[in-house]
Amino acid sequence: MSEKLQVEAIQQGTVIDHIPAGQGIRILKRLHLESAGKRITVGMNLPSKNHGLKDIIKVEGRMFTEDEAHQLALFAPSATINVIDDYEVVNKFTMQLPDTLEGVFSCPNTNCISLNEPVKSFFYISNKTSAESGDSVVKMRCKYCEKSFSKEVVVAS
Amino acid sequence: MTNPLYQKHIVSISDLSREDIELIIKTAARLKQQPEPDLLKGKVIASCFFEASTRTRLSFETAVLRLGGSLVGFDDAGNTSLAKKGETLADSVQVISSYTDAFIMRHPQEGAARLASEFSSVPVINGGDGANQHPTQTLLDLYTIYESQGTLDGLKVALVGDLKYGRTVHSLAQALSKFNCEFYLVAPSALAMPDYIVEDLEEKGVVLHQSDDLEAVIPECDILYMTRVQKERFDQTEYMHVASKFILKASMLANAKSTMKVLHPLPRVDEIEVDVDHTPHAYYFQQAENGVYAREALLALVLKPEFE
Ligand SMILES: [Zn+2]
Repeated sequence: MSEKLQVEAIQQGTVIDHIPAGQGIRILKRLHLESAGKRITVGMNLPSKNHGLKDIIKVEGRMFTEDEAHQLALFAPSATINVIDDYEVVNKFTMQLPDTLEGVFSCPNTNCISLNEPVKSFFYISNKTSAESGDSVVKMRCKYCEKSFSKEVVVAS
Repeated sequence: MTNPLYQKHIVSISDLSREDIELIIKTAARLKQQPEPDLLKGKVIASCFFEASTRTRLSFETAVLRLGGSLVGFDDAGNTSLAKKGETLADSVQVISSYTDAFIMRHPQEGAARLASEFSSVPVINGGDGANQHPTQTLLDLYTIYESQGTLDGLKVALVGDLKYGRTVHSLAQALSKFNCEFYLVAPSALAMPDYIVEDLEEKGVVLHQSDDLEAVIPECDILYMTRVQKERFDQTEYMHVASKFILKASMLANAKSTMKVLHPLPRVDEIEVDVDHTPHAYYFQQAENGVYAREALLALVLKPEFE
C-alpha cells in the first residue's frame, strides 16, 4: 500500500507534498505548472504532522524532471516530490540544491542587463555554512551583473 | 603556439588566471619598449560607448591606432539610431560584431559585457559595465604596480578612500589576492570595504589590516592606492571632517619607503594635493599612460594567435 496522501489519489503523475503553507500557488506559477494543460489540484492549509499546516500540489499525467526538483529545492526545501504510477508512489525525489539555475527567478538588481534583453536569467548557487549561527546560507550570483544575493532576496523579488 | 587569450572575451577580471594576467603584463611591457605600429593593420575594431567615458575611450582608441588598426563606433549611444529605435543590445552586438574584428564596449548597465559576449562573433573587451566590472582599469593598475616594483608578489598595498563603492579597488584587491599581497584598508567607516569582499579575501588567506589613519599606514606600504571620497555620500560638515583625514599631502610622505608609489585611477579632485606630484612617489600620471599599453596588450593577444 502506498503512503496515504491527503487529497484524492491520482492514477499517474506527481504530488508535491509538505510545501510550507501559503507557498503552493507561488510554486505553481514559478514552475509554470498551470500552463501545461494538465489537471492540477492544489490543497492549501492542510494539517501536517510535522509542520502544523502545509500545501500540496498534484499534477496528473506529468512527471517531474530532476531539474524541476532542483529548482523546487530553492524555494521549498522541506517539500517532497512523489512520482505516482498506478496510484502507487514509485519514486521520491530527494531535494538537492542545483549548482546553477536558469530562467526561474529574475535578477533583483534593477540595473542588470538581463532584465530587458532576450536572455534567460542565470544564477550560480553556493551553499555555505554561516560561521556564527551554523545555519546554511544559500547565495545566488547572477551570471550577468555578477552580484550575489541571498536566496531569500531572489525568491521574494 | 597559440596564446591562451586568442579570440577570448575580456569581460571580468575574475575570468583571468594568474598566468593570463602575467602574460598581459609581459606583453604590455614589451609593447611599451618596442612599439608595433603594423600589428593590427587591416583589422577593424568597434569602439562602442553606450555611455560617455572620455578617458577610457581615448585610451582604447589610442591603443588601436598605435597598433595600426582602424576604428568604427560611437562615443554616446544617445546620439545613435540604436537608442532611438529601441533595438536590444543583443541585436546591436550581433550586427556590429559581424562588421568588425573586435568589439570594445562601455555600457551603463551591469552585465552588459557578459551579455554582449554571448551574442558577439568577435572578442568583446569590457570598457566598464555600470557598477560592475572594468577589467582594463585593473590590468593597467596591475601593470603599473609591476612596472614600479618589479613584481606583483608579496607586496603591501594600502587601499585608501571610498572602498565601499569604488569598483576599481574591489577588482584590484581580488586580482592581487592571487599574488600573496597584504592589504591595508584605509577608509571612513561609512565607506568601508563591503563584507562580501572582505570575506572573499579572508577565505583566500589574504592578510588584511583595517585602519582609518592614513599617515600611520604610509611607512608600511609599497603601494598607496588612493581613491576619491565623493561629497555626495555625506552631508557637508561630515564631509569636511571625513575627507580631510583621507587627503594625501607631500609632508605625510616623509617616512615612506623610497620605492613606495602613489597610484590613483584619476580624475582626482582634492584627495591628492598637487605638492605630491613633485615627489618621487607620485606615479599616477604614468599609471594613466600605462592604460594605453595594457589595452594594446589585450588587443594584440585577443587578435593575434601567435603573439606572446
Ligand atoms: Zn543580474
